[in-house]
Amino acid sequence: MREITYRDALNEALREEMLRDKTVFLLGEDIGRYWEGAFKVTKNLAKEFGDERVRDTPISESAIIGVATGAAITGMRPVAEIMFGDLTALAMDQIANQAAKLRYMFGGQTKVPLVIRTPFGAGVNIASHHSQSLEAWFMHTSGLKVAMPSTPYDAKGLLKTAIRDDNPVMFFEHKLLYPIKGLIPEEEYTIPFGVADVKKEGEDVTIVATLYMVHKALAAAKDLSEQGIEAEIVDPRTIVPLDKKAIINSVKKTGRLVIVSEDCKTAGVSAEIAAMVAEEALDYLDAPIKRVAESDTPIPFSPPLEQFVIPNEKSIIKAVKEIVY
Amino acid sequence: MHKLTSPRTAFYKFYEKQIIEDPRNNSSRRKQLTLSKTELVEMYRKMLEIHHFEEKVFDLYGQNLVPGTIHLYAGQEAVAVGVCANLRKDDYITSTHRGHGHCIAKGARLDKTMAEILGKKTGYCKGKGGSMHIADFSIGMLGATAVVGAGIPIAAGAGLSIKLRGTDQAVACFFGDGASNQGTFHEGINMASVWKLPVIFVCENNLYAMGTRQSIVMAIENIADRAVAYGIPGVTVDGNDVVAVYEATNKAVERARKGEGPTLIECKTYRHKGHSRADPATYRAKEEVQEWLKKDPITRFRAKLLEMKILTEKEADQIEQETIKAVEDAVKFAIESPYPAPEEALEDVYA
Repeated sequence: MREITYRDALNEALREEMLRDKTVFLLGEDIGRYWEGAFKVTKNLAKEFGDERVRDTPISESAIIGVATGAAITGMRPVAEIMFGDLTALAMDQIANQAAKLRYMFGGQTKVPLVIRTPFGAGVNIASHHSQSLEAWFMHTSGLKVAMPSTPYDAKGLLKTAIRDDNPVMFFEHKLLYPIKGLIPEEEYTIPFGVADVKKEGEDVTIVATLYMVHKALAAAKDLSEQGIEAEIVDPRTIVPLDKKAIINSVKKTGRLVIVSEDCKTAGVSAEIAAMVAEEALDYLDAPIKRVAESDTPIPFSPPLEQFVIPNEKSIIKAVKEIVY
Repeated sequence: MHKLTSPRTAFYKFYEKQIIEDPRNNSSRRKQLTLSKTELVEMYRKMLEIHHFEEKVFDLYGQNLVPGTIHLYAGQEAVAVGVCANLRKDDYITSTHRGHGHCIAKGARLDKTMAEILGKKTGYCKGKGGSMHIADFSIGMLGATAVVGAGIPIAAGAGLSIKLRGTDQAVACFFGDGASNQGTFHEGINMASVWKLPVIFVCENNLYAMGTRQSIVMAIENIADRAVAYGIPGVTVDGNDVVAVYEATNKAVERARKGEGPTLIECKTYRHKGHSRADPATYRAKEEVQEWLKKDPITRFRAKLLEMKILTEKEADQIEQETIKAVEDAVKFAIESPYPAPEEALEDVYA
């Protein structure tokens, strides 16, 4: 095992898959030799694989995804980067109406092996257009898969799987996760989609958390431990396909569920997970389901304002205490 | 009546002339463009196939056999046929909601196309796509999209795929005058131009985007003039002259295969019918419609073929009868085919 940052884990995954398969190529704004990625995820890749295969694009999100889609249906396996998750809005037709639907609409004649990588997340004071978490839009769009790794280990394994998947995959990273360190094996490995990871075991409450919230949940769990409450933290890792079984098994064990997600509360990912558990595992619940999510506002700029709207350890602990007694 | 030469287009003709006369260019531009009798007759047949196919679809709709709506290609046959006559089976095309003509011109089967329009299981898309989403990947027909302009970056993507794989395939991207105002037109053509992708962008300017006349929504008259923004050739062509369309496309395809980049070809044409089946097109002046019906591409081409003694009247009629029969066979197949089972709606979401 060796220690590596989240961003380097992603870089390794891209590099390994590009070495393994000539049809894999990268495109996006500022990912090439001049800037090497806004978050440096594509560092050194243009130097190694050339400017054709690690391609800087004009600022044209819609065409970036459209071009990637066209390449994907004609034999290539593109990995497109959208610089900030908020900007996926500019490409929504190509993502949701084209890439997600071509296979179905054409009766299975084609497949769209496309990966779209982009970072979500607030906490770095870059305000409303650079800080959102929009995964719910894509969880809701049939035909897409959605991966959200929370650790370097998950990041590398899931990205390799995403690239090898014959379907369009939304691969959501988080700005605050890029520098975090974690252990990965020396040998090659992949992580299948639809398999959750229990990041911490416990008996008293299930906390389902995604992306950066996994770390906030872990911090909250440490605090709760000192107060005699052992939380079990379930990280779905992919929200489409969602490992419903793992979540329900945990709820069977603990009888209590708190869902922590950084997206806005209304109709967010936590709403879907809550509805699913209420529908399929109501008998196992001993208390109402609690959701800890971002407030239904845009992300404000000033630090005290921004910190107020994002879920944190305090709000997680508060939610747990409301149902564990 | 539109002018085929605006000051901007004159600039382009000058620009093109420079390219032709540059001795560093290959002789291809200076060689005579000849079409063999077989090729000319094949184009005539294909135009008739499209014409009779669309007539039949119109009829079937009247008999309540076509769910939804239809956007007929009647009147624009010369564009699809003139363009696709330059393409190989392994070349790609992208198409639109008004795409039956593109599919047939590229070589799609009439029976599977008709079955798809009727929503049958035996259709190209197993009934999942319908009239606006015909596709046949086995002949490079990458599918029709109903989102206006969405096919433009997708076509550029197919061009990028060709470039990365190092083949000499080409892509023809069909779209209308309305689509030329969509952001994807700008983004897609810009990318194709800077990356020199092998794409022929074919704008079928039939003067109306649904019910909106071009002059209400654009300050320019010739969409080909927009090519200057991308540093690529922009050519305006009589879209109702199949040989003119063929010639313009021929140059563009050759340019593409040589790696010299994309071309924007604007074909001036006209829809014989309304936008969709329900549209009586009262927004078009009767005189204008009559004027354009007189320039019907098939009538003109037939007259030309007879005049040049490529075909006799008897032979031309014979070909028409054959296409009518081929369309009737396709209709029979489609009507006799079963609908898909309801549960099939859940299949083909993921690979």
